[in-house]
Amino acid sequence: MGLNIIVLAKQVPDTRNVGKDAMKEDGTVNRAALPAIFNPEDLNALEQALRLKEKYLGSTITLLTMGPPRAAEIIREGLYRGIDKGYLLTDRAFAGSDTLATSYAIACAIRKIKDYDLIIAGRQAIDGDTAQVGPQVAEKLHLPQITYAEEVFSAEKGKITVKRRLERGVETVEAPLPCVITVNGSAPECRPRASKLLMKYKHARTETERKEQPSCYDNLTSQRPYLNISEWSVNDIETDHKWLGLNGSPTKVKFIESVVFQAKESKKLSDNDNEIEDLIKELISNHTIG
Amino acid sequence: MANFFRDNPDLLFHLQHPLMQKIVELKERNFADKAQFDYAPIDFNDAMDSYEKVLEVIGEICGDIIAPNAENVDNEGVQIVNNEVVYAKGTQENIDALVKAGLMGITLPRKYEGLNFALVPYIMAADIVSRADAGFVNIWGLQDCAETINEFGDDDQKERFLKRISNGETAAMALTEPDAGSDLQAVQLKASFNETENKWYLNGVKRFITNGDGHISLVLARSEEGTSDGRGLSMFIYDRANKAVTIRRTENKHGIKGSPTCEIVFKDAPAELVGTRRMGLIKYVMALMNGARLGIGAQSVGISEAAYREAIVYAKERKQFGKPIIQFPAVYEMIARIKAKLDASRSLLYETCRTVDIYKTYMHISEERSLTNEEKAEMKYFQKQADFFTPLLKGMASEYCNQNAYDSLQIHGGSGFMKDYPIERIYRDARITSIYEGTTQLQVVAAIRGVTTDAFLNKIREYEEIPLKDELIPYNNILKGMTEEYAKTVKLVLETKDNEYLDFHARRLVEMAGHIIMGYLLLFDTERDERFLASADVYIKMVKAENIARAEYISNSSIDDLKFFR
Repeated sequence: MGLNIIVLAKQVPDTRNVGKDAMKEDGTVNRAALPAIFNPEDLNALEQALRLKEKYLGSTITLLTMGPPRAAEIIREGLYRGIDKGYLLTDRAFAGSDTLATSYAIACAIRKIKDYDLIIAGRQAIDGDTAQVGPQVAEKLHLPQITYAEEVFSAEKGKITVKRRLERGVETVEAPLPCVITVNGSAPECRPRASKLLMKYKHARTETERKEQPSCYDNLTSQRPYLNISEWSVNDIETDHKWLGLNGSPTKVKFIESVVFQAKESKKLSDNDNEIEDLIKELISNHTIG
Repeated sequence: MANFFRDNPDLLFHLQHPLMQKIVELKERNFADKAQFDYAPIDFNDAMDSYEKVLEVIGEICGDIIAPNAENVDNEGVQIVNNEVVYAKGTQENIDALVKAGLMGITLPRKYEGLNFALVPYIMAADIVSRADAGFVNIWGLQDCAETINEFGDDDQKERFLKRISNGETAAMALTEPDAGSDLQAVQLKASFNETENKWYLNGVKRFITNGDGHISLVLARSEEGTSDGRGLSMFIYDRANKAVTIRRTENKHGIKGSPTCEIVFKDAPAELVGTRRMGLIKYVMALMNGARLGIGAQSVGISEAAYREAIVYAKERKQFGKPIIQFPAVYEMIARIKAKLDASRSLLYETCRTVDIYKTYMHISEERSLTNEEKAEMKYFQKQADFFTPLLKGMASEYCNQNAYDSLQIHGGSGFMKDYPIERIYRDARITSIYEGTTQLQVVAAIRGVTTDAFLNKIREYEEIPLKDELIPYNNILKGMTEEYAKTVKLVLETKDNEYLDFHARRLVEMAGHIIMGYLLLFDTERDERFLASADVYIKMVKAENIARAEYISNSSIDDLKFFR
């Protein structure tokens, strides 16, 4: 029995390898200086979806992303790996959304997609690190949710069994379908792009992209409808404007402090492997190295 | 997070050679596949873009998966469990990633579910994979065997076997036996035909078989009873699904330890004949070996690249006497020479590859329609060039890769001798390149015909005529002088009309020609991109001195001297 899976993904600035111009004077992220990438944990989520598609024949994967027009790249990256369809939710009306407004818009788009058994998202995005959007989408759609998922054991007969990664161990839980799961970075890495799909979909573009940067391959779209990436504006989905964008975002930034790391305390390590390993783990987990 | 394609602009430079237009247009037959296959290119630019994008995927897999696995794979090696070869864990991960990415049948036609890529991007992929893990490329690169089935198998065999390879099954070529190494005419493994079953059966032992437990093996066997030379040998396909082979052992090797080298015993193993009887060695193995030699050329270049990068990183990092060691002439000279030899061998690799690409594609086209006279002449021209460039490449690039690994380890000093740095593994992996698929000495035997027939000289004369920027003319003049010296030296040897004397000096003569050819190739690269100037300068001045030494040695030598060596 096939599953209809929706994967939620976000295009983010690559904050993992930041140079000195990564922040602007005012302390906000300098997006122009950082390459835009597929949010890493969303790739873990996509991999889980692709594995389910391989396991349950007849499954489909729809990728949904919200962002500026250039976020269409996320949908192409999904197509190169085996998703069936993608929607780019893009409109000025969504600009300035915090997690609440984002999850509202995404939930509205999911209602429009309608048929789904499972929604899979990454745990959190590396630009905001909130881990709120997945759970909020579940709440808005009145669905059960499983966070920190590491492996989906099965999703059949109306229920899903999932291994979760907790702070001090793992647990296996079960939930009825449909539900939302958010996938942890410790889950398997996403597969590479498949070369045939890459060549098949490399000319896939949104209408906006075709308008703004015409290419000689655009006329292919008429014979190959799969080369059209669907864009949804605020008018394509059913929403109440007061929950959208800046209006719908109660989170206000009060001030931003630029923190410069200084050596205030020192730590003494003895020369045994365990302590060194612990230090490495600590530095990785607080993103000092990695 | 490294991308081994994107972090090396030299690769894109060679991919974008002007001759690619012709190669792609021939390979894609006017882009006819686009009507039938959604991943076929629309036009030349689209095909080149696909090459680039797919190489980027390979570069990513190499940087993220294959290279990080290399050390553990080297430590773990391979095992035999229940008569099956079990790869190191990392090797299996590498294969899984490449299968998922659809990179197992890169050059095969689309109707057999391959990517139908030209040879140049495939060889470039091998160049990149070899930098990541030189042992692993042996398993992955055996997709070459599919090319042989595609060339000489019948339609039914192509249909059954090629799709399996495109979709991830691995291959092997079983040629060598305990008493048939360099001399394959001595192959004994017996193929007997059972008339009632209308089937061939194989019996005997093969040794040193890379990936000997692969899904699909090409086996050279003696099908004609009572014969003892190469004309009694035929080529067979053995399918592992028949379970009629015992993996007797895997070798414990000096390098490329992740690549299983097997001794295998065929016992009444059912097999299929490829092509016609008696053509096994004379035609098919020659084709297979030429493909494999090009592959070893790519492997050698990839290893040189890895050695070069390790040398640079270490020499910049390591401080002695108050400064990084790269600032000492003794060290930076070594690094510059590594780079020059790397650039020279990579340039020869792609020059050779382009010629093979063109003539092989013409050969396939000739099966679909008759070629025009002009096309026939062109095919012949490129085939001839490939015949003497391939052994030259294999010989020179593998020797250079050994020298480069040696020098890179030397730069590492005592640390390089320890297992702590990758160069220790790279150095061991390099060693086999000048031995397998025909030793350097055997490449010389094949390439010397390019010397005696003037094929090298004629090619060099063509190169001389290619216009260059003013600033490069002095280099051209050096090469012209070297060419006169070479022609004179060849004449000196040939005048003796003594074959043993020619064999004695053969390597020196082949190397003299190779130096001039690679010198020109570096000049042409510099003509297209200034950044090769340093390598061209270093290389041409280095080989000028080397050729003088060889010419001097030969002119002071006589047939009578041989007695002191015997």
